[in-house]
Amino acid sequence: MADHVATGMAELVVVTPGALTLVQDRGRPGYAAIGVSASGAFDVRAYETGGRLLGNPEGAAALEVLLGGLVVRARASTRAVLTGGLVQARVAGRPVGYGEPFPLLAGEELRVGQCSRGIRTYLSLAGGVLVRPVLGSRATDTLSTLGPPPLAAGDVLPLGRPADATTVVVAPLTPPPDGLVTLDVLPGPRSDWLADPQLPGDWTVAPDSNRVGVRLLGDAWSRAHAGELASEGVVRGAIQLPPDGRPVIFGPDHPTTGGYPVVGVLTDQACDLLAQLRPGQRVRFRTSGK
Amino acid sequence: MRLLPSGERAVLVELGSLEEVLALVDAVRRLAGVEDVVPGERTLLVTVAKAGDLQAVRQLLPGMAGFGRPDGLAAPRGDDNAIQTAKTPSSRAAQTLVVPVVYDGPDLDDVAAHTGLSVAGLVAAHTGTPWRVAFGGFAPGFAYLVGGDPRLEVPRRPEPRATVPTGSVGLAGRYSGVYPRSSPGGWQLIGRTDLVLFDPDREPPALLQPGTTVQFVAHDG
Repeated sequence: MADHVATGMAELVVVTPGALTLVQDRGRPGYAAIGVSASGAFDVRAYETGGRLLGNPEGAAALEVLLGGLVVRARASTRAVLTGGLVQARVAGRPVGYGEPFPLLAGEELRVGQCSRGIRTYLSLAGGVLVRPVLGSRATDTLSTLGPPPLAAGDVLPLGRPADATTVVVAPLTPPPDGLVTLDVLPGPRSDWLADPQLPGDWTVAPDSNRVGVRLLGDAWSRAHAGELASEGVVRGAIQLPPDGRPVIFGPDHPTTGGYPVVGVLTDQACDLLAQLRPGQRVRFRTSGK
Repeated sequence: MRLLPSGERAVLVELGSLEEVLALVDAVRRLAGVEDVVPGERTLLVTVAKAGDLQAVRQLLPGMAGFGRPDGLAAPRGDDNAIQTAKTPSSRAAQTLVVPVVYDGPDLDDVAAHTGLSVAGLVAAHTGTPWRVAFGGFAPGFAYLVGGDPRLEVPRRPEPRATVPTGSVGLAGRYSGVYPRSSPGGWQLIGRTDLVLFDPDREPPALLQPGTTVQFVAHDG
C-alpha cells in the first residue's frame, strides 16, 4: 500500500460492497479440461464497452456490481464509467451519467444507486483493477472459488496506470431490456432429445439464478426419448435439460462438464442479455438454423 | 466421428470410446484458433476464441479421426503441421503419477461389504491396476479415473456428505477420484492422500490431466 502512495498509483477503497460486487475481466479460458471454467464478466459487451470508454488495455479488470448499492472512495484521482445494468450514481453528491466517463477525484465517494434495468452494472476504472491474477485472470469464479473473494467493506483495490489519452467520450449504450426478452438460440449437441426442438413456451426467471446458471420456471419440455448421457463438455450459454424438464442456462461460472442433454446454445449476444435478466422477468426462445 | 453443434464458438466431437477421445486431445488443442478442449467419456468439446475460426476447425477434425483407432495408423487428410504432431504420443499421456494412499476411509467397510472383498482385498484391487484420467469437471483439479478393477464398482452413497476432506480418495460407479479440496460429495471414501492435486500457482496447476496414468500405492498412516 505504501508503494502505491509513493508512486501516486490510484487506489479504491470499498465503503459498501452492495449485495454482491465481484472483480471480473475476460476470464481464464483454456483450463476447462482440469475443471476450471472460463468465468469472467457475465455481460461481456457491457464490460468491454466500459474498458474501451476509458482507453483501458483489453482484459483490464472491472467491478461487476449486482443490483447496485456499491459505494467506493478514491484515494487518488482517477476516471471511471458505468455500463450494463442501468443505475443512477453520484460522485460527491453530484449525478454522473450512465455510459459516460467521469472523474473521481482523490477523497471523493462514488455512490451507485439501485439497478433499475438489468441486474449487473460494470464499474470500469482507468487502468483497471490490479488484484493478483489466478491462472492468468483476475475474475472471481463463484463455483470454483478462484480469483479474489467478493468485495467487502474496507477492501483497498490498487488500480493500473490510466491510458494517456482516450478518444471516445460517450458511447451509444442501450440499457438492458425490461419485460419479455427473446433469446436467440443455436442448435445444441442434443437438440434431438427434445420432443419439440423449437424450445416452446414462455418462461420466468427463477430467483435462485446466478453466475453458474439461470433457472427458468414454466411448463416443462418433454423429452423425445429417455435414456442417460455420459458426461460431456458444456459451454457458456448452453441450455441444459434436467429430468424435471425445466431448462437451466449456463452462465460464465458453469461446471465444465454435465450429464444432462444440452438442447440449445445461446448466441453470444443472447448470453449478454441473459446476464441482465431479473428474477421474475419473462423469457422466450427464438431458434435459428445452424 | 460425429460433429455435433454447440453454439457459435464450439463443436462437440462424438467418438466411439474414451481411448479415441484421449488420443485426440493434444492434437486438437494445437489447432489454430482453438481456445479450449474438454474431454468427456465419449466426446471432445472443442471451443474456438473467435466464431470465424470454427468452420476451419470443423473441417480439419474428420481427418484426425484415425488417431483414435487402436492401430493409430490411419493417415490424416492433408499434411497440416498441427495434425502431424499428434502422431507422437503426448508426454502427458505417457506419464504415470504415483499417488500414495492411507487406506482408512470411513466407507472402507461398506465398500468391502458391497464388493464382497475383504478390506485387504479391496486395497489390493485399488492398487493392483493402473487407472487413467478420463475427464475432469466436478471441481478444479478433480479427475474421473477409469480402467480400474471392475470388482470395485460401487454406487454413490445414498446421502452425500456435506464435507469431504481434502485429499479423500473415493469410488463411485466405475470411477475412482481424489477430492482436490474440501467440498460436499457423495463418493464412497476409502482413503486419503497428502498429494496436492491442484495449485493454481504451480505449473501445471492440476496433477491429474486427461490421459494421465495413476498408480495408487498403499501407505501406512
